[in-house]
Amino acid sequence: MISIHNLYKTFHANTINENKVITDLSLKIEDGDFITVIGGNGAGKSTLLNLIAGSIMMDEGKIFIDDVDVSKMIENKRAKYISRVFQDPNSGTCKDLSIEENMSIAKRRGKIRTLRKGILKSEKSEYQNLLKTLDLGLENRLNAKVGLLSGGQRQALTLLMATLVKPNLLLLDEHTAALDPKTAKTVLELTEKIVAENKLTTLMVTHNMKDAINYGNRLIMMNKGKIVLDIKGEEKKNLTVNDLLIRFEASGDDNIISDRMLLD
Amino acid sequence: MNSIIISAISQGLLWAILAIGIHITYRILNISDLTSESAFALGGALVATCIVNGIPPLLATLIATLGGSLAGFVTGFLHTKLKIPSLLAGILSMTGLYSINLRIMGKANIPLNMDDTLLTNAADLLGFTRDRDATIVLGILVAIIIVLGLIWFFNTEFGFSIIATGSNDQMIRANGVNSNVTIIAGLMLSNGLIALSGALVSQYNGYADVGQGIGAIVVGLASVIIGEVIFKNKNFFITLIGIIIGSIIYRLIVALVINTDFISANDMRLFTAIIVAIAIAMTNLNFRKSKVKRS
Repeated sequence: MISIHNLYKTFHANTINENKVITDLSLKIEDGDFITVIGGNGAGKSTLLNLIAGSIMMDEGKIFIDDVDVSKMIENKRAKYISRVFQDPNSGTCKDLSIEENMSIAKRRGKIRTLRKGILKSEKSEYQNLLKTLDLGLENRLNAKVGLLSGGQRQALTLLMATLVKPNLLLLDEHTAALDPKTAKTVLELTEKIVAENKLTTLMVTHNMKDAINYGNRLIMMNKGKIVLDIKGEEKKNLTVNDLLIRFEASGDDNIISDRMLLD
Repeated sequence: MNSIIISAISQGLLWAILAIGIHITYRILNISDLTSESAFALGGALVATCIVNGIPPLLATLIATLGGSLAGFVTGFLHTKLKIPSLLAGILSMTGLYSINLRIMGKANIPLNMDDTLLTNAADLLGFTRDRDATIVLGILVAIIIVLGLIWFFNTEFGFSIIATGSNDQMIRANGVNSNVTIIAGLMLSNGLIALSGALVSQYNGYADVGQGIGAIVVGLASVIIGEVIFKNKNFFITLIGIIIGSIIYRLIVALVINTDFISANDMRLFTAIIVAIAIAMTNLNFRKSKVKRS
């Protein structure tokens, strides 16, 4: 279980550009939860993910992962518990290393890097079998540099890498936003499959209302650095875009529905 | 003519170690590290001071190498821990090291022609009468050790982490590696090699000079780029061999150019800078052209 208590983050504090991105945010994530996070531009979705991952340090608050206090832990230490897929397909993989070398790096997530061989023979067949499940033909290109792959292929590979060592929490930061609609759909379906098969606890940021409704067992909506809606269980299953719009209006602030969310 | 070629090969082999060091920072870590300039002089300063004080040449050369690594550590510390931009961190190290090099040497130039060096030792050991012949044997031996060592190193878990840091530090941190450590390690490796090169070149020249590192980074880059032009293959082994051959070719060009009437040895740095600028510009322009065609 991941619990977040009274998180605060302000950018450019005490200047004219002061921006309170996260204010007094608390959240409990149960094991096996697949939460979709939705909200307009500047709602604080990405900042929340960065705070959880430790790539930005919080001003105040506490984060616990299974009773471990990670609040002060730096990003690379937290990586032991958390894996990520970024919005930019280039961010999750290293273009100058081959597919199998990238996977070998992910296979050692959270472990100390030694002067042992970077990749063992026994690993190669394991990776080949895993790549087969992606059904993208990558299983025959273990030695190809990742820089040669398409955005969708790189995102699928990043997803696979993020789950090579089962994380306590998987963070997906609009990981299909930079892909064309068809590829985005493939990657999303793959995400659902991998999350279900490995029973991963997942936090997925999206700006697409339909995706937020169709995927996961819980939906949270953010506005001005706070969680304004938290829908789970039966209610989440039966949720429609219309319901969501009505709930937004009821929450008193209709600015939160950005054009981008509606257009998608 | 024959002796020009032999001397170019000997010098090329010794300077190739510098170029390999430059390759590690410039191409693998993606950092333009100016520490190189002073690390090269530091190698010479340390080896010469040690040798004239009676330390055996082999040990003196090792001390010089470690000294270079220490310089790399300082730059890495300034950059990662004190958050100084890498270019400036290198400039600070380079500037500071100039004074340190003078302190070590006590004067601007130390002659070594009366002392035993690694090269005279090698010549004695191999039974050569001329140090020049020993230089080639020693240079090839050192090159083999470095190439094999680097291939091994960059295929380890830690080596992968350094490569990944250079191309995507966000990715390597997300996978639990402290990128500060990999950057510092890369800079230490690079500057250690560069100081080793400086130490060997000083022993070959028969003196160490506090100014011998000026322009070293450009000379190293020239060798790297010549190597890349000859071998377009991206395989690491071929890349390293390309750099060594690039360094030898660079020395041949220098020898030929200096022998002409209109360019003197004093013009060499300008000549090299222009060559490197043109070479880098050409690869960039080619890239742009092919991009336009595609769209």
